[in-house]
Amino acid sequence: MKLSRGEKLFDWINIFVLAILTLFFLIPFLSVVSTSLVSGREYALRGLFILYPYRPVLSSYDMLLGQGSIVVNAYIVTSARVVVGTGLGLAFTFPLAYVLSKRRLYGRVPITMFIFFTMLFHGGLIPNFVLVEKIRLLDSFWAMIWPVLINPWWLLIMRNFMLAIPEELEEAAIMDGASPLVVLLRVYLPLSMPVIATIGLWYAVFHWNQWFDAAIYINDPKKLPLQLILRGILEYGTGQYSDYSGLAEMTELTDPPPAESLKAAMIVITTLPILMIYPFIQRYFVRGIMLGSIKG
Amino acid sequence: MQQPLGEQIRVRLEQDAPVFAEKKGFQEAWRQIKRDRFLYALAALPLLYFVVFRYLPMVGLIIAFQDYDPFLGIGAMFSLDNFVGFKHFTNFFDSIFFWNVVRNTVLISFYKLLFGFPLPIILALLINEVRITVFQRTVQTISYLPHFFSMVVAAGIVRAMLTPQGGLLNQAIVAFGGEAQAFLTDPNLFRSILVTMDIWQQAGWNSIIFLAAMATINPEMYEAAAMDGANRFQRMWYVTLPSISFAIVIILIFRIGGMLDAGFEQILLLYSPSVYSVSDIIDTYVYRAGLIGRQYSFGAAVGLFKSVLALILMYMANKVAQYLGQEGLW
Repeated sequence: MKLSRGEKLFDWINIFVLAILTLFFLIPFLSVVSTSLVSGREYALRGLFILYPYRPVLSSYDMLLGQGSIVVNAYIVTSARVVVGTGLGLAFTFPLAYVLSKRRLYGRVPITMFIFFTMLFHGGLIPNFVLVEKIRLLDSFWAMIWPVLINPWWLLIMRNFMLAIPEELEEAAIMDGASPLVVLLRVYLPLSMPVIATIGLWYAVFHWNQWFDAAIYINDPKKLPLQLILRGILEYGTGQYSDYSGLAEMTELTDPPPAESLKAAMIVITTLPILMIYPFIQRYFVRGIMLGSIKG
Repeated sequence: MQQPLGEQIRVRLEQDAPVFAEKKGFQEAWRQIKRDRFLYALAALPLLYFVVFRYLPMVGLIIAFQDYDPFLGIGAMFSLDNFVGFKHFTNFFDSIFFWNVVRNTVLISFYKLLFGFPLPIILALLINEVRITVFQRTVQTISYLPHFFSMVVAAGIVRAMLTPQGGLLNQAIVAFGGEAQAFLTDPNLFRSILVTMDIWQQAGWNSIIFLAAMATINPEMYEAAAMDGANRFQRMWYVTLPSISFAIVIILIFRIGGMLDAGFEQILLLYSPSVYSVSDIIDTYVYRAGLIGRQYSFGAAVGLFKSVLALILMYMANKVAQYLGQEGLW
């Protein structure tokens, strides 16, 4: 099809406007990346915000990721949180989603309502805190796992997926002498793999990014996840963690990075894993937006 | 497909003898429960999670009507001596904070809606018109990215942009001969910063649903419009936009239903005492007065006030959506 002059003009204006918008989304992050690479010497010469450093240095990263540093420790905590939170989350979400997908189940609707109601109404901050305090989870790793074990919204999405699996499959397997457990593990589990992978990714990213629960439940710096170390450094600088080796060597550096570069490097460190897998996982999240009818 | 036997029996019984069926109903239910005992066993532990971590806190809201002392045992939570009725609620309504936090909550949500709601629609319209697939995909990927940053990272990036110690914006201002400013402590600018950050982080992501709605538009509509001499802009205006108007209305209704969530984590990470007057929302007030200030009962009362209002709002949103012919959330 031959485009008229007006059509071409439209296309170019459209692309131009979108390019500007894209820069608006991208530049804040890019500028943080380049700030993280600025050395103290370059800072003194050129000021801090530079689109690209002439001589990028990794001294901020060296400082933050030094031997035994609190940042490395927090990386381990967060990784453990992601693995345990995702594993247990799926181990609890999948069976319940399976049960709720059985149309014949007596009491299915009330049980679904029982879960759905928790999406509309919650006890709120204080009662949750009192609960965690009373069951002695304060300052425990598990305070970041148990209270957010199952996401009811995702549970219902998983159930909707499984509702679409024909019931005849189960009947046929039982005819062949399969026990209910075998039906679950050999028939439904393999067929549900796409939705399990998708929701597993959602749990993983959720646990990586979650921070507020740790902020109120955990005091011991050694047990804090990455997000909270980042928050501490952003709001109060690295000084508060100087008891931990690795960060203490700052004064020994010949060309210590400016404080703003350290903060920027910490931002990059915290979000790097997300950034690396983002291009591959993006579509799983986009797909999730389309799902979500609660009916059935 | 033949109905399951239990279902057949139930239907027969209900038709034949309703009163009799009542009695049989229990036996039948019990039979079904026994038959599916494996399923109930499977559901037990996950349901226990909901009981403990979702419903127990609701029971815990009882402390909103007490003078709860964290050092007393659980028994004290259910002893009648500690009940004070609606004292904490009236204290909240009478306090100087009440109107401030309610106004800030509603205003910040309203501004986020006013400026943040149209942009994803516009973005989707523009992306939808791009003919170069690679460019289209790139724009989408980049625009979704900030959504995947944690709130701490996003707030950190905003701080880095705005810091008077050489942040991007201040560098630009200085370069043009202006003076560096402490944006984040300026009450006149704080809400605008919240709104801008919200747009930066969510606009791309929120455009997805509109793009999906656009993907379902019949291409023949565009061809017919082109035949009638409509140019690209007119096709966008008269075909695309009306076709997604229903999605726009429904999403708007549910956004209004969720209005009391003005962005707790975002504000908590960015605000400071100098901007409390314009940024303190119900949630941040519960956090400061209730949790940090250790007034558990008072905090629970303020939280309950908000939860009940939010439930009513969401219920109304759902009713409106149903009235408009949408299935609704439930």
